[in-house]
Amino acid sequence: MQFNTFKTLLLSLFLCVSVSVYASDKETKEEKPFDTKELIFHHIKDSHSFHIAGDLSIPLPVILWTNNGLVMFLSNEFHHDVDGKVIVEKKGQKFVNLHEKIYQLNEGATTVEFDAEHHATNAARTLDFSITKNVFSMFLSMFAILFIFLIAARSYKKSTNGLPTGVGKFMEPIILFIRDEVAIPNIGEHKYKKYMPFLLTLFFFIWLNNIFGLIPFFPFSSNLSGNIAFTMTLAVITFFITLFSSKKHYWKHMLWMPGLPVPMKIFLAPIEFMGMFIKPMALMIRLFANITAGHIIVLSLISLTFIFQNYIVGMGSVVFVVFISVIEVLVVAIQAYIFTMLSALYFGQALEEEH
Amino acid sequence: MSLALLQEAATNFGPIAAIGAGLAAIGGGIGVGKIGGAAMEAMARQPEMQGKLQGSAIVLIAFIEAVALFGVVVSFLVAG
Repeated sequence: MQFNTFKTLLLSLFLCVSVSVYASDKETKEEKPFDTKELIFHHIKDSHSFHIAGDLSIPLPVILWTNNGLVMFLSNEFHHDVDGKVIVEKKGQKFVNLHEKIYQLNEGATTVEFDAEHHATNAARTLDFSITKNVFSMFLSMFAILFIFLIAARSYKKSTNGLPTGVGKFMEPIILFIRDEVAIPNIGEHKYKKYMPFLLTLFFFIWLNNIFGLIPFFPFSSNLSGNIAFTMTLAVITFFITLFSSKKHYWKHMLWMPGLPVPMKIFLAPIEFMGMFIKPMALMIRLFANITAGHIIVLSLISLTFIFQNYIVGMGSVVFVVFISVIEVLVVAIQAYIFTMLSALYFGQALEEEH
Repeated sequence: MSLALLQEAATNFGPIAAIGAGLAAIGGGIGVGKIGGAAMEAMARQPEMQGKLQGSAIVLIAFIEAVALFGVVVSFLVAG
């Protein structure tokens, strides 16, 4: 039964690939100078529609909170325009899409006007709750995690000897690894249990999103964990948990380091205080930069083919892309591990008692 | 050709930012190389510690790599 579901999944994945290949074969040939920078930024940026191949793309809902209340429409009403030329009118308000950000035109304005630095002068942003490509990808990974863990939990429930089967058997060593190698050594034998749910969620969420970013076809392929807002949210959660679990010892070592001469204490206090904010900031930038850099390297290598338009370079770049992709599979797991490990380390530091 | 490049460099920080990213990569390379070399030597001296050494080497490499990537991020921002 389980094997059958797996086979169906594989078959559907295969069909996805063949459909996208077929779609790209039909692509119309336009003679346009090839712009590497635009291609790369198009792929790593968030967007209001999910581009699949060629002219094929799926519109995603735009959800805005304006002065007149909630406004919802599908992003294909912009007809792929990102320069603010197509104006969508809803509830007496006009909206434009400027480089994948939705702007609302001011009262009485009919077209967008730009200043010298190409900023819109008569349009402003509204509260934007749109399901963008990244949000869609996040929902997908949330459901995937829920699905995987519910199946794993059920396999424990069904087993008679306490041993899991199938997915549970696969997940158990990873969960035990997080417990025995990450949580217990860093947080401590007695207090680690309270933090396990967060650490496990963090690890699997980052890992799965990283893997989804590496898969280059439709329901995946968005650069979610290479989005700085996403990594910032995770780092801020880590920061707040560190603050809320901190003990007296933590603050004493930060603000008035014991065992040092007074001038040194005064000198160290601001540095340590800044360190409190720099730690989560480094977490944020590490994950963001690693994943974005991975995407950019792969895309640049693929772009080489189109820049040189030459068989030998094409074959070479494919070999390099495979090589980098293999390294990336490693890197995404390591980054998820590092983020989890450092979070556990910070919790452990905050929890430290006087000894 | 080179004059055009220079003129572009005067108004556009792209090429300079690329050099900066390259320098950051050199720093990261030196760091990763030192850690890798030391970890290898340690593993050769004490093969029974291999698991622990590998784990901490990977964590340290991630720290170094992050510094190199900070350079890349800054050059991105400058190149805009």
